[in-house]
Amino acid sequence: MTTEEKNILTQSNKKPSEVVINIEGLKKSFGANQVLNDFELKLYKGESVVVLGKSGSGKSVLIKCIIGLLQPDEGLITIFDQNISQLDHEGMDKLRAKLGFLFQGNALYDSMTVRENLEFPLRRHWLKVSQKEVNTMVLEALENVGLAHTVDMMPIELSGGMRKRIALARTLILRPEIILYDEPTTGLDPITGKEISELMVEIVDKYQTSSLIISHDMNCVRRTADRIILLLDGRCYAEGDFETLKNSKDKNISQFFES
Amino acid sequence: MPKLPLHLQIFLKETGQLARFTGLFFKEGLKPKYEVQEFLHQCFLIGYKSLPLVGLTGFIMGLVLTMQLRPSLVDYGVESELPAMVGIAIVREIGPVITALIFAGKIGSSIGAELGSMKVTEQIDAMEVSGTNPFKYLVVTRVLAATLMLPILVLLSNAIALYGSYLGVNIRNVTSFQLFYDQVFRNLSFSDVVPAFIKTFFFGFAVGIVGCYKGYYSNKGTEGVGRSANSAVVVSSILVFLIDLIAVQITDLLGYN
Repeated sequence: MTTEEKNILTQSNKKPSEVVINIEGLKKSFGANQVLNDFELKLYKGESVVVLGKSGSGKSVLIKCIIGLLQPDEGLITIFDQNISQLDHEGMDKLRAKLGFLFQGNALYDSMTVRENLEFPLRRHWLKVSQKEVNTMVLEALENVGLAHTVDMMPIELSGGMRKRIALARTLILRPEIILYDEPTTGLDPITGKEISELMVEIVDKYQTSSLIISHDMNCVRRTADRIILLLDGRCYAEGDFETLKNSKDKNISQFFES
Repeated sequence: MPKLPLHLQIFLKETGQLARFTGLFFKEGLKPKYEVQEFLHQCFLIGYKSLPLVGLTGFIMGLVLTMQLRPSLVDYGVESELPAMVGIAIVREIGPVITALIFAGKIGSSIGAELGSMKVTEQIDAMEVSGTNPFKYLVVTRVLAATLMLPILVLLSNAIALYGSYLGVNIRNVTSFQLFYDQVFRNLSFSDVVPAFIKTFFFGFAVGIVGCYKGYYSNKGTEGVGRSANSAVVVSSILVFLIDLIAVQITDLLGYN
């Protein structure tokens, strides 16, 4: 792909505003496998960016580096102008309170009820919060995802779609400014996947959150993306909105939109 | 330089990693903030919930040991020494070791499987994202609870085993409860009780730390969870015997035997 073509594709529906996540020259390898190689990304406030790429292309590694679960080999990650590599544990925890992370497998705590699952991040990040406030926030978060009746149920009693919604409610409870989604519709049927995608759009509208979404699901990508970044060989190969990339003649890009 | 056999390399690597994990336990365990609520919850799960199993096995242990010893003592004409002999055997060796092995089977496997499952389903990562140090919350609390609960369970198991023994004695003879316990405690000394009690803390620590280590570093998906639980039981059971072996040498050197 030529630079000119790439520039043409670098167009988004939304006008850039404040940068909330800035990544420059990110490198991460596992042994001889170079997963991320000089990866660059800017996420603007209120924007939803989808990172698209083949399995094993390093998409999940990328968001795990952003949230601090993996340490990059090289490069700069700044979130709200804070260089995360210079933050200590306490600083990182404070920053994480502004970030939500929806895990691919939901990562609900099996030994806790839905209420306890939602209370956990609240109690950990906001130490001085009364039980009454906690109850209100838990119910509000569950109402946001339409599952207030499951408050005393165990995760094992819920369907896959319900678990995903509960995980989303847990992510939302701290009112994060940025939400990172790791394949939010994987393993769900098309109808539930559509519901989750719509919920993600509602969240952006309601809370003005910025979103970084890792996904293979083109229906989810079409519904949620303001801008798409195609990850290939550890780098940003192409960038643009859904329609622009869909109409691209480049085989590396068009193969994602063929199905 | 000759290359070490693969099995030996794996063994040395595992030993090194377990030692580092143990070091991390002391480093994180001493640092505030302390997860008191989770520690108490684990004490309930590890201690209280193990009581029925430990009690039952203790009772059977005392009863069977008494019934098995009786014929030999009758042959030598020292049947009256049966309570003293069973008492010393239970308090010094059989009670702590058997209870620790039962504990390794129940608690070691459950910790290994629980943490392993949390690892492969990203619950440990979710905990870190939620502003929690998962090592402190999951590992330190469980290891401490196992270390403190096993000695209590051993004391209870010993008491129940002695009651089982009392019933065993009364199958053939009629001995009063008071006389039985009088014979048991008259023959027990400080050197029988204290070293045996102290080593149970080490047994509990070994079961806790191995279970957590195997679970915390579980991989290979659900298959890895089963493997973690299994190897937690095997390794902690072997460690119980090794600690027992070291303890008996130390008590011997100190003149307590």
